[in-house]
Amino acid sequence: MRKIWWKILCVVIIFYVIIMGFIGPVPRLAIINESIRNTYFHVALWLAMTTLLLLSMVFSIRYLVKGNIKDDDIASEVAKAAIFFGILGCLTGSVWANYTWGDPWPNDPKLNGAAVGILIYLAYLLLRSSFEDEQRRARISSVYNIFAFAVFIPIIYILPRLTDSLHPGSGGNSTFGSYDFDNNIRRVFYPAVIGYILLGLWIAELRIRIKQINRVREEALIESGKL
Amino acid sequence: MCLPFAKSFKNLTVLLFPSGFVSYFCSAKRSTEAGKSDAGYITTANRKPKAESRRPAPITLNEIKTLIWKEVTLEWRQKYALSGMLLYVVSTVFVCYLSFNLRRNQLTPIVWNTLFWIILLFTAVNAIAKSFSQERHGRLLYYYNLCSPQAIIISKIIYNSLVMAVLSALGFVFYAFVMGNPVQDNGLFTICILLASTGFASVLTLIAGIASKADNSATLMAVLSFPIILPMLLMTIRLAKNALDGLDWSVSTDEITTLLSIDLIVITLSYLLFPYLWRS
Repeated sequence: MRKIWWKILCVVIIFYVIIMGFIGPVPRLAIINESIRNTYFHVALWLAMTTLLLLSMVFSIRYLVKGNIKDDDIASEVAKAAIFFGILGCLTGSVWANYTWGDPWPNDPKLNGAAVGILIYLAYLLLRSSFEDEQRRARISSVYNIFAFAVFIPIIYILPRLTDSLHPGSGGNSTFGSYDFDNNIRRVFYPAVIGYILLGLWIAELRIRIKQINRVREEALIESGKL
Repeated sequence: MCLPFAKSFKNLTVLLFPSGFVSYFCSAKRSTEAGKSDAGYITTANRKPKAESRRPAPITLNEIKTLIWKEVTLEWRQKYALSGMLLYVVSTVFVCYLSFNLRRNQLTPIVWNTLFWIILLFTAVNAIAKSFSQERHGRLLYYYNLCSPQAIIISKIIYNSLVMAVLSALGFVFYAFVMGNPVQDNGLFTICILLASTGFASVLTLIAGIASKADNSATLMAVLSFPIILPMLLMTIRLAKNALDGLDWSVSTDEITTLLSIDLIVITLSYLLFPYLWRS
């Protein structure tokens, strides 16, 4: 019970977000209309993804400092979950853009930045797959992961603010928080972020366990071969 | 002025293949192999990065100077590499010129600008990709034994920036010669070229170090570096556009500071991360 309480919490939050997200009260705004409900999915997914990537970088640093291969497993699997969220965030954003801006992929610096960010992390996966030796792979991809995160943050959060963007918070548009982010939205939005982060951790945890079981089995195989 | 350089460099080169070196290399290889086969995954504790424990001595300017001098001499000895890169720039520019096949005045400044920077990007990737892979494994091992990793990465970044500055300056001259020169503010454009060459060099040097550890390093180099270099490329293109239009310098301070800060972040990260990379 001690270990699964957060999974139960995750399921409860996700259901709460889905139900409240679709039938809860939202502010009436021009152009956006009912599509403001996408905040619970699109915006929250991006925030969850950034948090997971930050976590992944922290574990990469931990690996470099301590040299424990488990840290690298965590870093890579959390990054994979984050990429999954990133792709979902792109899709939900695309739906939203289609109905509010009239184009599924408008030429917006933030969108292009997001696509580049996903490319960076896909390159991370490619880099991981091109090594045979486990320690070597862990070391080099950790270095790249830290480097990638340091570039990813400017691409997503700093550069779009310098130019004109359709997204809130860029190019003179105000941020969400300033006026139309009322308490009804807050009540669903913050749980949504936490719920997605927990879901991502759950996905990552399952994959980490599979990896570790495989490793133990491999070791057993090697040992039995020796004997 | 040149004498201390030459002397310290001599120490480096004369010792390049000492008799003890081969035996050192073999024993080092054997010991790592033994460590691998003996204990498999469990040896994480003794195989963890030990960059600091190995050489606590701080890096000196002298060390960096010697290393840069070594790079220059190596490059000068095998001239084909540098002249190959020059020829690469010139022929790419010429291919672009012939492919467009336009009268000069039909090429809009935006196309001119973008084309120029893309040519430079590809040149940079090709020129810097070899900075780690051209040296033999044994020799790398020898350098690593001799000097601190920070000195190696800093010297490589400085040297690559110099090479990129030379290449892009020559590239710009030839490009302007063939395609016409719409730049109105040559001073700003020069600053732009300098900033871009340091920026490209600093990003690509670390990526080249990462890619050289893998087998298919040519593909990996492009895949890893293009997305990472993109913000820098976009900023550079915007700054160059300002120079092209001859806008006032105060308009471009934003871009210049952003470029400088990206450079700073990347160089700091390279400095911090390279010690972990070099031993693997």
